[in-house]
Amino acid sequence: MRKIVTLLIVGISSMAVDTTVHAAGGGKTPPAHQWSHSGLFGTFDRASLRRGAKVYREVCSSCHGLRLVAYRNLIDIGFSEAEVKAIAAEQEVAAEPNDDGDVEMRPAILSDRFVSPFPNENAARAANGGAYPPDLSLMVKARPGGANYLRGLLIGYKEEPPGGVIVPEGMNYNEYYPGNMIAMASPLSEDGVEFADGTKATVEQMANDVTTFLSWTAEPELEERKRMGIKVILFLLILTGLLYVVKRRIWSDLH
Amino acid sequence: MSKFQKPAWLDNGVVRWVDYRLPIFSFVSHELYEYPTPRNLNYWWNFGSLAGIVLVIMIVTGITLAMHYTPHTALAFDSVERIMRDVNYGWLIRYIHMNGASMFFIIVYIHIFRGLYFGSYKAPREILWMLGVLILLLMMATAFMGYVLPWGQMSFWGATVITNLFSAIPWGIGDWIVTLLWGGFAVDNATLNRFFSLHYLLPFVIVGVVVLHIWALHVHGSNNPIGIATKGEQDVVPFHPYYTIKDMFGLGVFLIVFALFIFFAPNYMGHPDNYIPANSLSTPAHIVPEWYFLPFYAILRAVPDNFIGGWTTEWLGFVIVEAKLAGVLAMFGAIAVLFVLPWLDRSPVRSSRFRPMYKWFFWIFAIDCLVLGYMGALPAEGIYIVIGRVATVYYFAHFLVVIPLLAKFEKTRSLPKSISEPIFGGGGVAAAGAAAKPMEKA
Repeated sequence: MRKIVTLLIVGISSMAVDTTVHAAGGGKTPPAHQWSHSGLFGTFDRASLRRGAKVYREVCSSCHGLRLVAYRNLIDIGFSEAEVKAIAAEQEVAAEPNDDGDVEMRPAILSDRFVSPFPNENAARAANGGAYPPDLSLMVKARPGGANYLRGLLIGYKEEPPGGVIVPEGMNYNEYYPGNMIAMASPLSEDGVEFADGTKATVEQMANDVTTFLSWTAEPELEERKRMGIKVILFLLILTGLLYVVKRRIWSDLH
Repeated sequence: MSKFQKPAWLDNGVVRWVDYRLPIFSFVSHELYEYPTPRNLNYWWNFGSLAGIVLVIMIVTGITLAMHYTPHTALAFDSVERIMRDVNYGWLIRYIHMNGASMFFIIVYIHIFRGLYFGSYKAPREILWMLGVLILLLMMATAFMGYVLPWGQMSFWGATVITNLFSAIPWGIGDWIVTLLWGGFAVDNATLNRFFSLHYLLPFVIVGVVVLHIWALHVHGSNNPIGIATKGEQDVVPFHPYYTIKDMFGLGVFLIVFALFIFFAPNYMGHPDNYIPANSLSTPAHIVPEWYFLPFYAILRAVPDNFIGGWTTEWLGFVIVEAKLAGVLAMFGAIAVLFVLPWLDRSPVRSSRFRPMYKWFFWIFAIDCLVLGYMGALPAEGIYIVIGRVATVYYFAHFLVVIPLLAKFEKTRSLPKSISEPIFGGGGVAAAGAAAKPMEKA
């Protein structure tokens, strides 16, 4: 039995190579942050989610979409239905063709997905000097390092690049971005948004909050998953213990 | 009185009525209640039934996922995300399926290495072993095509790299195969459609081969840690209840590990790039297959460009063998060599416990496979290429040189007279009921 466990550990740790290899891509490894949603019992910090949603809507959403998330999903993280309806109604989406066959625009409703800032990739590139601001719905899952990387990226801008590094026109120097040259200018600035709960909007605070929010958009099932996981593991521990006792009993006449 | 008794329920009237017409109950009785199993199997023998259970889990979750999945390049990625976000417990079903694939390979690899350590491939179990290798091949094809379905970046580029391998086959056959796999001239919607179709089909083919595998197993029964044939009733116990309960306990332990991944690290064994939708215009920095293919990927990349140009071309005379083809041949050869293993290893002793030298070489080989996997994950540059090549050469040398030589020169330890001899002392048939020493690991 001990051998099996050792082997499993060896096997699993050898798999870890995969992710570590790809974390190294030119940028520094971002610092690890203590997230409320990490760990076995982690849950999303509701106040942080709410602030993060505000940062996304007031800063990120001018270039980045959130196309996999529906407005109704915001209700799951503590927004009231009236609040979400108001947020949705700020955007317009194409309605079904009317009786004359014309397609008109209507305000977005709860069941609509977040409206992306650009109609297509070409429009996005045209408006951003050729760079394509990616959709953020899954960003935390789609980058090695996940939430730490995203937070690092947001606080990793350097006005003065290290000696000898020339930053081309239209690019910016970022410590944690692979290759260090990123088209996106530093999106966060001190007091760039005003938080309703009075929290001071430092760059790091906003980076933490919007990353928490985007961790939720990437893994909206996280809290339910971990809650269920605890129950499943407890159940399996008891079941396996009982099975072991039964096994010992059945085998006792052979020992 | 024999301990191999038909169960009482066989006497039930309804059971007898059915059994007279379709002997399904006698079959169950014969294969479980009366099926003699060596009494000394250790926990390494749990992994066969475990693999079977995981296969069932994969089929059940897979069928459920297929109810919500859309095999179209424009919709596949979003349909998977819809499963994750909007389908009731969709995230659970998908994470079970996703991590189940990794678990399946861990289990099957342990199962294979158990066979290698205890010589389970030797007569009379050669066909049993070969059917197992066939299952591994089918699993690889199924897993590869399944990984393509979410249509993320690694799906797309993995599919591109792997299907392109076949183009190395000469005489135009390779190109023909590639076009057939793609359903056109690039990895596109037709590819995704046929991969989905085949990904749904192949697991049932695997079930078929598994039935043959178990059939072959039940002819001569399980090998055992001592590796000698069972010699009478004192050496064996009925499969049920002894091994059904032991397998269930093992299943419980496995499910705990499985659940830890599903609920607390569901993407640990995946690649972040596959959460980026497929884009044929943007190649990922490193295209890596799923972890379970890494050793074979390392072998594929190990063949140097100028290796074959020299001698093999002349040796084969009429065939111009390119490095790419050589790499592909090496990769498939790594599995093909397993098919002929029963004839490469002529040592009459099965278990490593009585093969002092083979035991060492077994562990070196196991480490070699881990090294290959490690190299497969790293970029092919510098010292990694050299290590990958050495490990590849050793992989084949283990089967083609070490094993045949060991069979000739190794001094094996003397075998016990019977499985029960180390337990009861003497070959004692009568000793079966006597006070027994605790049995190792059982």
